[in-house]
Amino acid sequence: MADRPILELSDLNVHYGQAHALQNVSLSLGLAPVAVVGRNGMGKTTLCQSIIGLTRSSGGSVLMEGHEVSRLPAHRIARHGLAIVPQGRRTFPSLTVDEHLRLASSGKGGAWTIARVYETFPRLAERRNNGGTQLSGGEQQMLAIARALLANPRYVIMDEPSEGLAPVIVDHLIDVLRALSKDGIGLLLVEQKLALATAVCDRVEIMLNGRIAASMTASALMADFSMQQRYLGVASAGH
Amino acid sequence: MSGATAATVILNGLTLAALYFVVASGFSLIFGLMRTVNMAHGSLYLVGAYIGYAVFEPLYDRDLWYAWYLAILAGMAAAALFGVLMQTVLLGWMQGQELRQALVTIALSIIVADQLLARFGGTPRQFFAPDALFGSTALPLIGNYPTFRLVQIGVALAVGIGLWLLLNRTRLGLMVRAGVDDRPMLAAMGVNVPLVAVLVFALGAALAGLGGVIGATAQPLAQGVDARFLLTALVVVIVGGMGSIAGTAIGALLVGLAEQIGQALFPTYSVILTFLIMVVVLAIRPQGIMGRAR
Repeated sequence: MADRPILELSDLNVHYGQAHALQNVSLSLGLAPVAVVGRNGMGKTTLCQSIIGLTRSSGGSVLMEGHEVSRLPAHRIARHGLAIVPQGRRTFPSLTVDEHLRLASSGKGGAWTIARVYETFPRLAERRNNGGTQLSGGEQQMLAIARALLANPRYVIMDEPSEGLAPVIVDHLIDVLRALSKDGIGLLLVEQKLALATAVCDRVEIMLNGRIAASMTASALMADFSMQQRYLGVASAGH
Repeated sequence: MSGATAATVILNGLTLAALYFVVASGFSLIFGLMRTVNMAHGSLYLVGAYIGYAVFEPLYDRDLWYAWYLAILAGMAAAALFGVLMQTVLLGWMQGQELRQALVTIALSIIVADQLLARFGGTPRQFFAPDALFGSTALPLIGNYPTFRLVQIGVALAVGIGLWLLLNRTRLGLMVRAGVDDRPMLAAMGVNVPLVAVLVFALGAALAGLGGVIGATAQPLAQGVDARFLLTALVVVIVGGMGSIAGTAIGALLVGLAEQIGQALFPTYSVILTFLIMVVVLAIRPQGIMGRAR
């Protein structure tokens, strides 16, 4: 099945002062979920932040359904149908769970509604009147994911969504992420846990020193132990 | 001190606190979302009061009952407009550069004070409250008390409740509170944060303008009151906690009551009391009584 691109990055570059954090990254991303893996400090978070407009790119282009968005302010990029689940969750301490969802809800209709969020994440329904600081790490992560989905984006970028989650919740997360394409939502999954990345995505991009070092299928990466060691420094797949 | 005198002093403190709250809540709102220490907040008070007066005077001369109410609207609108200009023309470009914004607003406050002096002269002016709000009201224990001072408390309560409803019951309020926590994340959700900032600045400035007209009805409007109200607003929000409306109310109550009680008990040193409160709060709870540590 040919996957028509939703989000296209070409020659994306980011500099932090002298440091060249992102170097000529090009990716064509469609509806099928794509994982980006790599060790810490390889530029994965910078990639997410620059696509969404929270870090300014110094060159290259980001096309969202054919529209150049790389020079737009973050809020206009979001209105093109891009949403992010940022690293560290970044839920709002002053807002309750319910207020997060009401703020995030576009009100324009779409696959994701507040009712569906509470159905998918029953834990959030129990905590609906709790403030952002009273939630556990896992609950905050669910909230951050729900917040992104409620915008009913065309494409969502998740930066380490499994960080700090209990294994049983990770299994639930895998089900939710796998189902996203059914709602017409594309997914770029930045993940340290190889097992999660390969369970959700068939295509894996490996980042090394700000570049895409390799691109392969999930099964090929899972089978290639030396590749895992070289790029990810893992002893075995995700354990 | 007799019971009646004590009650009067406390009521005086409450009415003063009410005025401080109206002025300082705008300051706190602006700081909360934008981290802008608006040193021209006193100028917004002056602009509201003088423009309000310019509208008030000709209407009052013709004995129109609505002169004062129109002055309130004009003062709020003028201050809001001035605030929007400040934010869009000057401050928006230096978002996040707190020291630069503070210096620019100090410069602005000097310019505004001189411009108003040139236009309106140095004669103290005072609004006359409409008949319905004028005169005195008989209160138990205290006896006759100026009605307008009670109106001041009513205005502060209305402002406090209005702000609470705005921040907790509206979508704009959700945006403001989320923006106080994490502006970039709010922008990544598709919210036009600079536009929210302009709206908040307009609201905060309008509250300063409202304070200007109310304040200049209770006591004469003269050069220098801008510095006084700026200083008080600073103390109030430092004591109460920057960016917290409830904290602003508590700060205003403490400062207003301290000023009045101090003047009654030890007039010579009463000025010190306000700053003593600030020193104690800063020593024990540097983020302010309701402030959040960051």
